[in-house]
Amino acid sequence: MAKQHIVFSLNGGVVEILVEPRTLLIHALRETLGQTGSHIGCETSHCGACTVDFNGKSVKSCTVLAVQADGGEVLTVEGLAHNGALHPVQEGFMQEHGLQCGFCTPGMLIRAYRFLQENPSPTDEDIRMGMSGNLCRCTGYQNIVKAVQYAANKLRATQGA
Amino acid sequence: MATTAEYLEREQKLEGIGCARKRKEDPRFIQGKGHYVDDVHLPGMLFGAVVRSPHAHARIKSINKEKALALPGVRAVLTAEDLKPLKLHWMPTLAGDVQAVLADEKVCFQYQEVAMVIADDRYLAADGVDLVEVEYEPLPALVDPHHAMDADAPVIREDLVGKDEAGQGKRVHDNHIFRWEVGDKAATDRIFATADVTVKQAVLNPRVHPCPLETCGCVASFDKVRGELTVYITSQAPHVVRTVVSLLSGLPESKIRIISPDIGGGFGNKVGIYPGYVGAIVASIVFGRPVKWIESRIENLSTTAFARDYHMVGELAADKNGRIKALRVNVLADHGAFNAHAQPTKWPAGFFSICTGSYDIPVAYARVDGVYTNKAPGGVAYRCSFRVTEAVHLIERMIDILAQKLGIDKAEIRFRNFIKPEQFPYHSALGWDYDSGDYPTALKKVLEAVNYPALREEQAEKRTRGELMGIGICTFTEIVGAGPSKNCDILGVGMFDSCEIRVHPTGSAIARIGTITQGQGHQTTYAQIIATELGLPSEVIQVEEGDTNTAPYGLGTYGSRSTPVGGAATANAARKLRDKARKIAAHLLEVSADDLDWEIDRFKVKGVPGQEKTMKEIAWAAYNNVPPGMEMGLEAVEYYDPPNFTYPFGAYLCVLDIDRYTGETKVRRFYALDDCGTRINPMIIEGQIHGGLTEAYAVAMGQLIAFDAGGNLLSNSLMDYFLPTAVETPKWETDFTVTPSPHHPLGAKGVAESPHVGGIPCFTNAVNDAFAHLGVTQIDMPHTAFNVWKTIHELGLDNRA
Repeated sequence: MAKQHIVFSLNGGVVEILVEPRTLLIHALRETLGQTGSHIGCETSHCGACTVDFNGKSVKSCTVLAVQADGGEVLTVEGLAHNGALHPVQEGFMQEHGLQCGFCTPGMLIRAYRFLQENPSPTDEDIRMGMSGNLCRCTGYQNIVKAVQYAANKLRATQGA
Repeated sequence: MATTAEYLEREQKLEGIGCARKRKEDPRFIQGKGHYVDDVHLPGMLFGAVVRSPHAHARIKSINKEKALALPGVRAVLTAEDLKPLKLHWMPTLAGDVQAVLADEKVCFQYQEVAMVIADDRYLAADGVDLVEVEYEPLPALVDPHHAMDADAPVIREDLVGKDEAGQGKRVHDNHIFRWEVGDKAATDRIFATADVTVKQAVLNPRVHPCPLETCGCVASFDKVRGELTVYITSQAPHVVRTVVSLLSGLPESKIRIISPDIGGGFGNKVGIYPGYVGAIVASIVFGRPVKWIESRIENLSTTAFARDYHMVGELAADKNGRIKALRVNVLADHGAFNAHAQPTKWPAGFFSICTGSYDIPVAYARVDGVYTNKAPGGVAYRCSFRVTEAVHLIERMIDILAQKLGIDKAEIRFRNFIKPEQFPYHSALGWDYDSGDYPTALKKVLEAVNYPALREEQAEKRTRGELMGIGICTFTEIVGAGPSKNCDILGVGMFDSCEIRVHPTGSAIARIGTITQGQGHQTTYAQIIATELGLPSEVIQVEEGDTNTAPYGLGTYGSRSTPVGGAATANAARKLRDKARKIAAHLLEVSADDLDWEIDRFKVKGVPGQEKTMKEIAWAAYNNVPPGMEMGLEAVEYYDPPNFTYPFGAYLCVLDIDRYTGETKVRRFYALDDCGTRINPMIIEGQIHGGLTEAYAVAMGQLIAFDAGGNLLSNSLMDYFLPTAVETPKWETDFTVTPSPHHPLGAKGVAESPHVGGIPCFTNAVNDAFAHLGVTQIDMPHTAFNVWKTIHELGLDNRA
């Protein structure tokens, strides 16, 4: 199959790759670009392990074609920390024990990153609804809710300062 | 003398046993630096994909590979014919049976492995799968295990026809696998014949799947020049895999390296050895190149290791005060097309005989018959010790049913039957020796916390208005920490576990353990054990697992065995080091070893303030100044064979409300008290309990691997198989008591599976309780809104005009 040339922004840098038209974004990220932080859990966009931020929205990259990313902007878990400083959502998951096996975590973090921009002062119920596209088999979500609240508080404090 | 403040500060610095320290593994995971099997990318790697049967039962008439092989990039199509010369078309199972690696002349379940396509990338492998042409002649499918032993039932395993044995004892029908009996049948029958009261109930634990978020997979890499095989694999038991691969391949174990890297959840799904692994290994040996095989979610739910499928009939005999006199249980166990369940080898029904539960039942008898059906093989412990969920479910339903018949409160009947604290160690009617427990205290604490009498009053009041409110209680006892080698082995290898610790000259250390974490946080908790035992900060203790080239042989992580067995090995290895350290300290301080006291992180000369050596100082001396005749260095290995199992327990209570028009269930409150003995990291324990309760909620309220009458699987994607999101998942309240295990070096019992084992019956008891006043004795799981709605309509409760 003839390959397509695509260029997009990934975690702040520009990447240029050749992909088949049928290649899924998650496979381009993981296999062509070696960014294995995002995971594949279901291939049907139910579990959210492959969630990436694409043009300012959370998307399940297992059901997006890589060619659709051409000219766009993609953020994955690898791009969350800045100059060695963890993003507040990362800090929150660590502080509140919001992860166990770690497999859902990259998708959770990327979703939480976008969710808190959509709703900077969520209630616990808002968080449960806002994160419901991401499944976790280990934690029972209670500490994930706390982790997102931790990040919300920290983000509000830094932005208010 | 150290002041109390100094003493505490020193202790806190270690972040040892009892400290809710943050996890050491998290910085990697939150920055996308986890390393799971599918992240392994080796130069020249090929990909395998599996051709699967669309039929539940069919003869294979022909397989045509031509079109697939003609596709550029497809390297091979393996079938049973290709594996035959290597004698690898069938493989032994952990249960003494054999399983087809690739279907040999017929398929026995839908999605069974028929061929494996090896190609240059995963897309080409999938293309190749579509091009393999298989012609089938469908056969009648056997789906209902209750008809497996009918005279005219289709014979599933033609390879076993005429054999009266399939690896686990005598069988009486072509579709029969084994019969396992325990207890005193005659004495039990006698009590039932004369008892004041008896109850009898069919109780189902339906077929479910552990469904970890990461599916199963492997990367096999055979180096033809060195003759060495490396396999990265999603395995909860890498050493066992090495032994099995050696037995199958003929390669010496020393030339096989099995690596379980990060594992994205296991829950029992990753204990077994699957055809995909074998195919990838064979292909790698043939091509001399790495071969990756990763399951899709559909393949995961369809083929690798279901759990449960226990069709139980329980009976209790009691006096009129509700004191249980005997238990009788008959189970029909659906094992699918091959007997590949994962239990210790001599235990065809696992530890199901823990079914007398937390109650002092003088006489009992249990019988389990395993049968073949046209369904995927498996029968793993889904977040539980071996068949313990089924056992606890049975007794916890039966005691509720007995209470209902006698009109006794469901909490009260438990108090009347509990094994009393003073009866421990307690020998159960079915042969177990419970190590320690205090059941009444646990239940009492829960009832007080939720104000139980007020809940029952509220329920009575709601019932007068036709509203449905359920209160579920579960007071469970688990049996974990398999296990003593006198009882337990896997293929002849005793179920010990191991730890090797090396303390470096500057006082940091590395520990390697034979278990393997899948999210339980071993890198943190084992370091905490060593920190307390050795007086070195847990921060500088590195824990490694999962690489058979470096870790000592261990049996892996499942059945809550890491803390009871691996944790004990870790504590004992550390104690060996501390004994050596004591001798070095005595030498350095020029006193007898008996004159030294251990205090947190140092040895002190008795009665001589200031005369002391810290473990850090001793570590340095171990490499340059040891007593004459002593070996240099500071390292130790322990292989720990537990003297007994551990018996964690708990008391759970669930309050839920049911919408009598929609059948929707809302869990209002779930209070979980766990007693896992000594607590190593309370933060991690709480996290494990949250997770186990959520998986219990999933099983009780929605999970089902369902089939139609033709054996077609109806629930093999996350569209149809229930995994709760944050929205459905209830909020959890946790509590604890501490009753240490008397035989474990730390008094710890293990915890991660208790919430699953205890949670499922608690939810189902609550749903059943909501209907109990209407004479309902048993509604089987899963309690989906539709199923509950059906019950409501059968009972005529939706009386809207």
